Amino acid sequence: MANFDLNDDGVFVIVGSGAGGGTLGNELAQKGIKVVILEAGDRVEIQDFVNDEWESFKQLAWKDMRTTSGTWRIAKDFPNLPAWTVKAVGGTTVHWAGASLRFHDFEWKTRSVYGAIQGANLLDWPITPEEMAPWYDKAEDKMGVTGTHGIPRLPGNNNFKVLQAGALKIGYKEVHTGNMAINSQPRDGRGSCQQLGFCFQGCKTGAKWSTLYTEIPKGEATGNLEVRPNSMVVKIEHDDSGKVTGVVYADTENKGTLKRQKARVVAVAGNSVESPRLLLNSASSKFPDGLANSSGQVGRNYMRHTTGSVFGVFDKPVNMFKGTVMAGIIRDESGNNPSRGFVGGYEMETISLGLPFSAAFLEPGGWGREFASRLDDYTRLAGMWIIGEDMPQESNRVTLNTNVKDEYGLPVANVHYDDHPNDAAMREHGYRQGSAVYDAVGATRIIGVPPYPSTHNVGTNRMSANPRDGVVNRWGQTHDIKNLFVSDGSQFTTGAGCNPTLTIVALAMRQADYIAHQMGQKNI
Amino acid sequence: MREIDRRTQIGRRVLLRGAATAIPAAALASAGMGISAQAIWAQSAKNLNPHTMATLVLVARDIYPHDQIADSYYVKAVQPYDEKVATDSKLREMIEQGVARLDADAQNHFKTPYIEVLSQQGRLTILQGETLVPFFNKLRSDLVVALYNQPDLWRRFGYLGSSFEYGGYINRGFNDIDWLPKV
Ligand SMILES: Cc1cc2nc3c(=O)[nH]c(=O)nc-3n(C[C@H](O)[C@H](O)[C@H](O)COP(=O)(O)OP(=O)(O)OC[C@H]3O[C@@H](n4cnc5c(N)ncnc54)[C@H](O)[C@@H]3O)c2cc1C
Ligand code: SF4
Repeated sequence: MANFDLNDDGVFVIVGSGAGGGTLGNELAQKGIKVVILEAGDRVEIQDFVNDEWESFKQLAWKDMRTTSGTWRIAKDFPNLPAWTVKAVGGTTVHWAGASLRFHDFEWKTRSVYGAIQGANLLDWPITPEEMAPWYDKAEDKMGVTGTHGIPRLPGNNNFKVLQAGALKIGYKEVHTGNMAINSQPRDGRGSCQQLGFCFQGCKTGAKWSTLYTEIPKGEATGNLEVRPNSMVVKIEHDDSGKVTGVVYADTENKGTLKRQKARVVAVAGNSVESPRLLLNSASSKFPDGLANSSGQVGRNYMRHTTGSVFGVFDKPVNMFKGTVMAGIIRDESGNNPSRGFVGGYEMETISLGLPFSAAFLEPGGWGREFASRLDDYTRLAGMWIIGEDMPQESNRVTLNTNVKDEYGLPVANVHYDDHPNDAAMREHGYRQGSAVYDAVGATRIIGVPPYPSTHNVGTNRMSANPRDGVVNRWGQTHDIKNLFVSDGSQFTTGAGCNPTLTIVALAMRQADYIAHQMGQKNI
Repeated sequence: MREIDRRTQIGRRVLLRGAATAIPAAALASAGMGISAQAIWAQSAKNLNPHTMATLVLVARDIYPHDQIADSYYVKAVQPYDEKVATDSKLREMIEQGVARLDADAQNHFKTPYIEVLSQQGRLTILQGETLVPFFNKLRSDLVVALYNQPDLWRRFGYLGSSFEYGGYINRGFNDIDWLPKV
């Protein structure tokens, strides 16, 4: 395992070890580049995971203070928990469910396909679907995605069987157990899924892909990668020419002592709330609006997917908690079909919650007999999650809340979000279709559940062909500073109607190739 | 697959006093209607007075009413308050004043303290009083974790908790559903 000097200005520094940062770190290390990953959270290994929802949340989730504003329901239900992400080595790939879908071709060019939508800040990605195809191939192979590259799909659990029966009954065609980065058979030194049902709590069998026990140890084995946990980056520094020179981070194991790690290049991958926050908090006299922010787009166009859940109550047991959380999918609504009353598409994916999270999330703020009766019916619930494309809006944004400071005296992130009418129309449609699925197999009651704190956070440092329209270019390199990159979901130009992580990983692999080339050419 | 009814097969009156299993029969007999403020567990409270604790238990049940579970779970859910008020005087004030308010309102409407108001509807009306909003919200949001995060209680609802030590569900019925219509 490598151990680099704080004054080594030849290292490549990555902020964050999740889907984007962890993947980029390994890819660069494999290419012989010296990498330091600074990770704000602790290193919690597989054996430390617990099959207990709240206990695991305490152990892994990002709980540092954040604030919210806007008309989205989250601001009322979870005012200080706008996003559900992980603060630990591996980032949110420790919590994630593993659904790994490619964008549809049209989702790379929504401005052209959807046209101008009032109030939406749509933009085509500066990348084509054809260009992404081989990177998707590589990412699927890396992550061992079921239903691709000859990898068998997972067996369906009870929750999936209910979804499937209802879906087929109302005429849906594309229904299966998904494309999951979960081993259906032993692969890549990891075993296969034992249907534990705690995918959101860190997979204790390691069957689910997470950078924590795939990319990171592989990178470390090269001797080129050092991962420093408990290292919260508070500022990115630059020289007079505007080139980035390193980062200042708080060593949280040592009373928050500030340290300075020099760097040849810096890549930010702190997830879409922290990444723009860090760029904004790094403002200097040369860059008074924050780093890489000449466009004014840093923090804007925050997207979180149009979501909601539908639970069906049945007269017989389902026991949804047995087995994979995202156990299957209906894909028929994922295309763009404006005759439904909205542009873009959505997926319907099974979801299950244990009793503690069902109490917290089925009806936030709820109480009384009606509320209690849903939990009395716990064994007879089947659940699905609706996840669709939301519109980028300039005013949906991450800003610095200067009234609220963290323990290092830095303003915390405020997350502002208003639903776009397109989002609202899509959610309604999803609720209706989801209800129809469960009604078709005899649901005695339907529960429409509002969004959970955002698990899919994208778009706040978006990619654009023109430096005026976004923060990074087609390689995730900031338009303003050539040795500063963005490597996480915040690069997303638009969100597409599917889970983001496969695309984050594919982009990180593609970016690593570009970076290695640029470093070889001494361009950075 | 069969459904096991895990509910305790005893009447509601007994359930109301579920926590009273530790109370000697004589004490039970002398207790009036509703939850007895003399309940032994309530008397073991170190910082809050027994009547306050007993009231909190009933309020907890009124907020999250599950007829299938005994008072002991509600007791466990409110017990942390007794510890916390030792160092949190604001919380103590909020709780003592909240309970005093409940009792005052109950006296006004029903001429009894809150825990002796027999009709749940009657108690709910009081509980939703405007001046009680912060007290109510505090209890509701704390209890949604404190009540439902008790492993002993999960099984009553058919949730089986940690599965890793049992090898997950791959051989324990993850796909055993047998009642779905054939499509
Ligand atoms: C419950 C749940 C289920 C999910 N299921 C799916 C799914 O099925 N499919 C899917 O595609 N996606 C899923 N997701 C989303 C997925 O996990 C994220 O999209 C993905 O992990 C985001 O990658 P990222 O690189 O942007 O950030 P992350 O993976 O969140 O990594 C960011 C890391 O940066 C660290 N960090 C932040 N700021 C700093 C700083 N200043 N200094 C140092 N370190 C910092 C954080 O601690 C974190 O470890 C799920 C998420 C959740 C919460
Ligand atoms: S269900 Fe499978 S993927 Fe999910 S935690 Fe269990 S073993 Fe891991």
